[in-house]
Amino acid sequence: MIGSLLRRSKNLQLAGLISPGALWLLLFFNLPLLIVLFISFVERGRAGGIQVPPVYTLRNYLQFLNSCSTAYSGPDCDPFLYLGIFGGSVRIAAIVTLWCILLGYPLAYFIAHSPARWRDSLMLLVIIPFWTNFLVRTYALKSVLGADGMINAALMNLGVVARPLEMLFNDFGVVVGLIYGYIPFAILPMYASIEKFDESLMEAAADLGANPRRAFWRVMLPMTLPGVIAAFVLVFVPVVGAFITPEIMGGGKVEMIATLINRQFSTARNWPFGSAMSLVLMLLVLIAVVIYFRSGDESSRRAM
Amino acid sequence: MTDNAVELREVVKEFNTPEGGVLAAVDHVNLEIKDGEFFSLLGPSGCGKTTTLRLIAGFEIPTSGAIRIRGKEMGPVPAFKRPVNTVFQQYALFPHMNVEQNVGFGLEMKGVARPERSKRVSEALGLVRLMGMEMRKPKQLSGGQQQRVALARALINKPEVLLLDEPLGALDLKLRKEMQLELKTLQREVGITFIYVTHDQEEALTMSDRIAVMNKGVTLQVGAPEAIYERPANRFVADFIGETNFIDGQVLDQTGNMVTMDVPGTARLQIQTSRFFARGQSVSVTVRPEKLRLNTDLPGGNRLVGRLEDVIYIGTDTHFGVRFSGGQKVRVREQNVTYDKLKLPKTGDEVSVAFKVDDARLLTE
Repeated sequence: MIGSLLRRSKNLQLAGLISPGALWLLLFFNLPLLIVLFISFVERGRAGGIQVPPVYTLRNYLQFLNSCSTAYSGPDCDPFLYLGIFGGSVRIAAIVTLWCILLGYPLAYFIAHSPARWRDSLMLLVIIPFWTNFLVRTYALKSVLGADGMINAALMNLGVVARPLEMLFNDFGVVVGLIYGYIPFAILPMYASIEKFDESLMEAAADLGANPRRAFWRVMLPMTLPGVIAAFVLVFVPVVGAFITPEIMGGGKVEMIATLINRQFSTARNWPFGSAMSLVLMLLVLIAVVIYFRSGDESSRRAM
Repeated sequence: MTDNAVELREVVKEFNTPEGGVLAAVDHVNLEIKDGEFFSLLGPSGCGKTTTLRLIAGFEIPTSGAIRIRGKEMGPVPAFKRPVNTVFQQYALFPHMNVEQNVGFGLEMKGVARPERSKRVSEALGLVRLMGMEMRKPKQLSGGQQQRVALARALINKPEVLLLDEPLGALDLKLRKEMQLELKTLQREVGITFIYVTHDQEEALTMSDRIAVMNKGVTLQVGAPEAIYERPANRFVADFIGETNFIDGQVLDQTGNMVTMDVPGTARLQIQTSRFFARGQSVSVTVRPEKLRLNTDLPGGNRLVGRLEDVIYIGTDTHFGVRFSGGQKVRVREQNVTYDKLKLPKTGDEVSVAFKVDDARLLTE
């Protein structure tokens, strides 16, 4: 019965094939997202959660834009507290992304130009850290950068510095931790682009009088730009919402978006405000992704 | 001063092989390429012709030896400062730039201002008959058009020497024939020295003023197309350029420039030569199929008798395979000036093959 029905209708076949996946997405992705959206527009409950029955409000978003808009704010309140934290996160993410690209590009170039028999092993070295738990890696880096860590011990023994350098619990520590954690995401797409790049184009550029620097800027970089843009998105998106690294490397002294959101759901017990900020973060990431796809269109159009 | 555009002196280029050995891709090559000449490097793949070109362009550094362009030593000069331009085998057009940007790239690097640049780009595109294509991307062009863009991109810089690395290799046969003539005409128009790498002997013969035949990193013979074809220096050149026959034997005697040679079990041959051969020396005689006459006696020429093994009619010519009693075989090409099927000898017939004493070449190797 069902079999003959399926055989007759193409649309029914299609629906049958898509529905398990669609149902999965709906249940475990879209539904929770809708719940977050709902919570972001209602009043908070006294002890966490939301007020029942729900009272609808825009207060959470207003609080994000102006932190002094709540009843609890004192006279020395900074209205841009939350916007500032968001801005700070974007700034840190931008710095980290920039460094990941600046360090990753030459490394990707080096690997792509290594003898073929070494290339896979070198790429493996880039990927291997992924096999170790991120938390463990971050703690390991923390112990390296700490006041009595390897670097400070070496510098003090050599007499370069008298007192240990402060490389933890500040922006520096967080940035280093994030670069360390996310640079493979920059190397992989740039490697793919550079490896595909036709080296004879560099010879053509040299043949036409371009010195190596100009050949790079006029030919190699534009041709490998899709890889750089992919690296930008793949690093920027997770870093702007990073939680573990600022928590561990920042030691509570560096506030980023994710640590702020986390606090709303734990100690601050303000779920609606946390939800609102989550959605603002999503919007931010969405903008980055849209830029990425736009540029993808552009480069594929250019390649036509 | 010298009027050589390019000079190579004892140039060697060695590469490390994956097995850990050393391979001389270019082995003590000496070349003098004259100003305004269309010079071809001809040889099978792997003979070192492309490496030689890349050495001149500066993409490879010679292991030893000297390369001079217009008398100037090129040793320490990097590729981007050399007064040469290259047309690459796969064109190597910049995919992210349009035709105008591609062709104008060399001028842009020289710092030529934009208005002057676009004027000269138009001129260069006119030269290769690609007007109005300025805004196209390389991918929107056919293979032949890309080839012309590559040519314009190189020629616009008015190089001392234009290097062409099998530029017609990717085109189909008909287009290739057209482009051969066009390139030759263009070269005469612009008066620039062309160094042309090819493995196609017909292409080299058609276009070149002079040809260097290369094999295994060594130049075997340098000369005009007629000299290379009619007077090959050795067996490899004779075999590589066009179709030929080899008849092996021993030297019996030499009187002046006339050698008498014995072809075992077949006949004695008289061959004119300018070299000296020892009595009893093993030699080969090379003679082109079109120089052989079937069943026609040539006064004072050589005559061999054999049996006709095959007859192949190909329109303009008929090809005959003749085996001599000694076992050696030659191919004879007769032009079908008039066609009379009844007069054509048939397979199995006994036939004679004749050629003039100065239409053959005596070779030792």
